[in-house]
Amino acid sequence: MSSSTASNRKLNSAPVFTAIAYTVVSIIALVCLIPFVVLLAGAFSSESSVISDGYWFWPRDFSLDAFKFIFRYPGDVLSAYKVSILIAVIGTALSLFCSTMAAYVLGRKELKHRNKLAFFLFFTTLFSGGLAPYYIWLSRNLHLSNTYAVLILVPMFNVMYILILRSFISSSVPEPLIESARIDGAGDLRIFLQMILPLSKPALASIGVFTALAYWNDWWTAMMFTTKDPLIPLQYLLYKMLSSVNLSSAMSQHVTNLDAPKETFKLAMTVIATGPILLVFPFVQKYFVSGVTIGAVKG
Amino acid sequence: MKDIRRHWVLYTMFLPVAIYFIVFAYIPMAGIVMAFESYTRTGGMFFSKWVGFDNFHYFFASGKAWLVTRNTIVYNVIFLGCYTVFSIIAAVFMSEIRSKFFKKMTQTLMFLPYFISWVTVSAFVYNFFNYEYGIVNKILHYFGMEGIDIYSNTSYWYFLLPFLYVWKWVGYGSILYLAAIVGIDQEIYEAATIDGASRFQRIMRITLPLLKPTMIILILLGLGRIMRGEFDMFYQLIGNNGLLMDATDIIDTLAFRSLMGSADFGMASSVGVYQSVLTLIIILTANWLVRKYDRDHALF
Repeated sequence: MSSSTASNRKLNSAPVFTAIAYTVVSIIALVCLIPFVVLLAGAFSSESSVISDGYWFWPRDFSLDAFKFIFRYPGDVLSAYKVSILIAVIGTALSLFCSTMAAYVLGRKELKHRNKLAFFLFFTTLFSGGLAPYYIWLSRNLHLSNTYAVLILVPMFNVMYILILRSFISSSVPEPLIESARIDGAGDLRIFLQMILPLSKPALASIGVFTALAYWNDWWTAMMFTTKDPLIPLQYLLYKMLSSVNLSSAMSQHVTNLDAPKETFKLAMTVIATGPILLVFPFVQKYFVSGVTIGAVKG
Repeated sequence: MKDIRRHWVLYTMFLPVAIYFIVFAYIPMAGIVMAFESYTRTGGMFFSKWVGFDNFHYFFASGKAWLVTRNTIVYNVIFLGCYTVFSIIAAVFMSEIRSKFFKKMTQTLMFLPYFISWVTVSAFVYNFFNYEYGIVNKILHYFGMEGIDIYSNTSYWYFLLPFLYVWKWVGYGSILYLAAIVGIDQEIYEAATIDGASRFQRIMRITLPLLKPTMIILILLGLGRIMRGEFDMFYQLIGNNGLLMDATDIIDTLAFRSLMGSADFGMASSVGVYQSVLTLIIILTANWLVRKYDRDHALF
């Protein structure tokens, strides 16, 4: 015990090196943080101060005008929030349930074809038909355009997550446990529901947060497959507002472009769309961190 | 068949995922035939007029093929290189920090950019580089320098794109490499310390060499994705800006524009097939290299 603390002290005995380590890490962390600070500063500035002095690291003239403007006619923003939350919750739940079920099946040693099934999934990551057939098949043959289903289905499964879950289940659920349940008369479905799912909680938490994040940040599906306003999720609404100077349809019905705080408006909208993630993030960070490492070791 | 009858419950449990991948991956995969057809709405994906390699001739004759291939490869190689270097630098220095609080806080900050979409990043870029109000030009003006307009000059993007890529991914990468460093046997360091190795020497002679296997595997796996360019990033940051097109057009953006912009299905589908075939070849090669290097980490 004492020898290890002594060597630890020795490991720490290079003040210049320690200073360099702290400096380098601080700089990288600051560079990662600063854009968020500038964004907030811009969103909480008055339009006139931005027009005259530009953006800065802190609000030079604090104002809530941009947010007040957005929430005067909040129809589009609230609808987009509803869509984003709905698809993230339903999508993540369905995806986790089906992925874990498939992962359990892939790990059952009594199945002769389990490796063929795994390759059947894996092959889709190696080869694809490309964007054009995918788009035409979904929109013209399956008529999935402008449905909630397309927003939920397109980002639903990730083959790597299924394979990671398979390794997790086979390494953390002992085979004798499954055997004894079977002797007690439990069928495969029951074993899955009452044993595998509860025992997989740590992996489900990690993969769940990654899946939910993918849903929340998905704007691509909406851009490809939706044209109707009530189906637009938050990120795509943000994209539309950033890429055009135009306001959302609900707002432009009520205001002329002249009285809109154009510059700060875009930033306030970004804060509204990104805020929820940044608020939730500190509480779920540990699941993401463990997710990165289980993926790396076993993926 | 007998296996299926005996374990029908298990096979049924696999069914939802199987159906999904048949409908959303394998049928579109068969849609590759589109690249050899002159697609019409009535003929549909599988029964339009067969035109052989005409679409490919058109794609290669357009002069775009080489341009987008070069851009895709060059950008992705630079991205992968910068990402690896900066992730390792961050991880090595983080492993030297003893303060738990400081470590946790900086890790949180570095991980932040990973969580936002490229849509949000494009708002950041606007915020910083907008010609009139952007903070970068404000700082340049402050020092009496000319402002820059990144949307009309390609040269800035050669730095900006890799920078933003690293910015977004360094938190993720540093966690990955930090996990590998933590896995290194502490006794090696203690032995080296007793032999009088300085901290710098310990990093150069122990940490970095022992990170090499992880690094090689991650780079080879990264190479497998080299033909699939970060569509989200390029599309959100540059969009359809004609001035920047030659410097920033990648295979994915070309396929997207042909399909959604000009509804040129022949072009879009042949670009897609070209990309898929190249991707497959590169993945097989990379995997072959991984197998030679370390069987356990091969994908298949």
